[in-house]
Amino acid sequence: MYVAVKGGEAAIANAERLLAETRRGDPAVPEISTAQIEQQLGLAVDRVMTEGSLYDRELAALALKQACGDQLEAVFLLRAFRTTLPRFGASQPIDTGRMQVARRISATFKDLPGGQILGPSFDYTHRLLDFSLLAAGETPGGPRGESDPEPMPHVLAMLDREGLIESEIEDSPDAPVPDITREPTTYPADRAARLQTLARGDEGFLLALGYSVQRGYGRNHPFAGEIRFGTVEVEFVPEELGFPVSIGDVAVTECEMINQFKGSATEPPQFTRGYGLAFGHCERKTMAMALVDRALRARELGEEIDSPAQDEEFVLAHSDNVEASGFVQHLKLPHYVDFQSELVLVRELRRRAAAAPGRRETALAGDE
Amino acid sequence: MSSKEPPVDPEMAARQRWMALLARASAERLEAGLAALGEPPRYDLLRRPETGMVMVRGRSGGTGPRFNLGEMTVTRCVVRLADGTMGHGYVAGRDRRHAELAALFDALLQQPEARPTILDAVIDPVAADLAAAERTVREKAAATKVRFFTMVRGE
Repeated sequence: MYVAVKGGEAAIANAERLLAETRRGDPAVPEISTAQIEQQLGLAVDRVMTEGSLYDRELAALALKQACGDQLEAVFLLRAFRTTLPRFGASQPIDTGRMQVARRISATFKDLPGGQILGPSFDYTHRLLDFSLLAAGETPGGPRGESDPEPMPHVLAMLDREGLIESEIEDSPDAPVPDITREPTTYPADRAARLQTLARGDEGFLLALGYSVQRGYGRNHPFAGEIRFGTVEVEFVPEELGFPVSIGDVAVTECEMINQFKGSATEPPQFTRGYGLAFGHCERKTMAMALVDRALRARELGEEIDSPAQDEEFVLAHSDNVEASGFVQHLKLPHYVDFQSELVLVRELRRRAAAAPGRRETALAGDE
Repeated sequence: MSSKEPPVDPEMAARQRWMALLARASAERLEAGLAALGEPPRYDLLRRPETGMVMVRGRSGGTGPRFNLGEMTVTRCVVRLADGTMGHGYVAGRDRRHAELAALFDALLQQPEARPTILDAVIDPVAADLAAAERTVREKAAATKVRFFTMVRGE
C-alpha cells in the first residue's frame, strides 16, 4: 500500500527531459534510426514483439529506441500501445508446415526430407569478439546455394505415422479458444491458455525453468525433434467477405521437443510432445517454452508434480515480465505513511522489550 | 499464397490471389500503379482506413488445437466505385494509404474491363518480385544445408 503524495511536478518534468537527453547520448554521435534498429538489432526487435505480444517490427524498434535499449521497458511500451487498438478478430491458425524456411534443424534425425538447414546461426561461431565490426564497412553478401523446392514436413509427423509419438488431439473448429488477454486464467488451465501465457512470457524466467527441468526438477528428458524459423502466411476471414484473405506474412520460430513417456494402463509407451512458438527469431525462447509446456503437462500425463516447472499456477502467474516488473518496481513509489506506522510499531516493541528486564535471560534459560 | 482448401469458385480464388498480392505490395508501388492508369478513378470511402489488430493463432504441436499466439497490426479500408462496386483492403501493418490503395485496386479488379490491364501492370509484377524474393530466401537457406557423410567402420 502506498498513498498519494503531492508536489514534485517540476522535478518530474525535468527528470523526463533529462531522460530524453540521456537517451540521445553524445550529440556528436549520429542518432540511431528505428530503421537501423529494425534491420541491425533484429533479434532485440523479435524479443520485444514476442513478449510485447504484438507483431509490428517498426513499433518494436521504436519502443527499443524510446526505452534506451531496455527490453522489458520496450515490452511494456508495446503492451500499453496494443491496448489502444481495436481487435478485428482472430486469424486462421498459421500453418508452420508451409513455412518459408530460413533455418530448420533436427537433433533426432540426421537425414530428413528437406534436409538440415543451418540458416543464420550463432551456433557454430567461436564467440570471439569480432574487432572488425569496430570499423565501419560493408559486409560482403552471403553465399547462395542451389534453390531446392523440396517440401519440409514436420519431423514429428514422421514419428506420428509410426505411432511412436502421441498424436496431437484433433481440433474442434467450433470450440472457443481461451484468451488470457480477455479472461483471467483459471486453474487448472487449458493447454491453449498455457501456451498463450508461455508465448508472451519472459524469456529469462522460462529459460531458467527449462534449465531446471533438464537438471532433474521435473524429470523429463527431451530431444530437440525440430526447430524451424521462417515466415508463414496469415489468413483472416473478414466478417463482411466470408472467405479467407491473406493479409501478410509473419516470421516465427517453432520448436518441437520429444520427451519420454513410460505409458500407462491405457497407453503403450511412446514419446510425448512439448511445443514452443514465438514471433521472430527466438530460438532459445521457444526451446525453453517447449520444455516448460511439457513439464506443465504432468497432470494430464499422470506424472508426480513436485518441481517448480510443473507447478502450473506458479509458472503461469509469474512468467509475465510486465506484471512482474510492475509489482517489483512499485516498491520505489512513496510508502512514507506505511513506513511511518511500521517505524512506530518497531519503536514500541523495542520499548516494551527494554521495559521487561530478565526476558532475554528467561528465554535463554528456557532453551536449555 | 492460396488458401489451404482450394475454393471452388474461380472468381473468388482470383480475388484471393490479388488481395494477397495487394497486401504484400508496397504503398509506393500501388501509388505508381494507380498513376499509370491515367484518369484517377472516383470512389468513396465506405470505411475510412482504420488500424487495429488481428490475433494470430497457432496450433499446439503445429497440428493440434488452436491457441492465441499474439496480435499483429492490420489496417483495413472499404471503398465504393461510382458504379457501386465495393473493394476491401486488409493489409498487415499500419499504413493507411496502403489499405486504401489495396481496397481501391480490389474494386477495380472486380471490373472485367479493367482487370487484364491491372493484372498485367500491377499484380503480376508484384507476384514476380515476391517469387524472386522467395527464391533468394531458398538459395540462402540452401547454402547452409548440411550434407552428412556417414562414417563406415573399417574403411
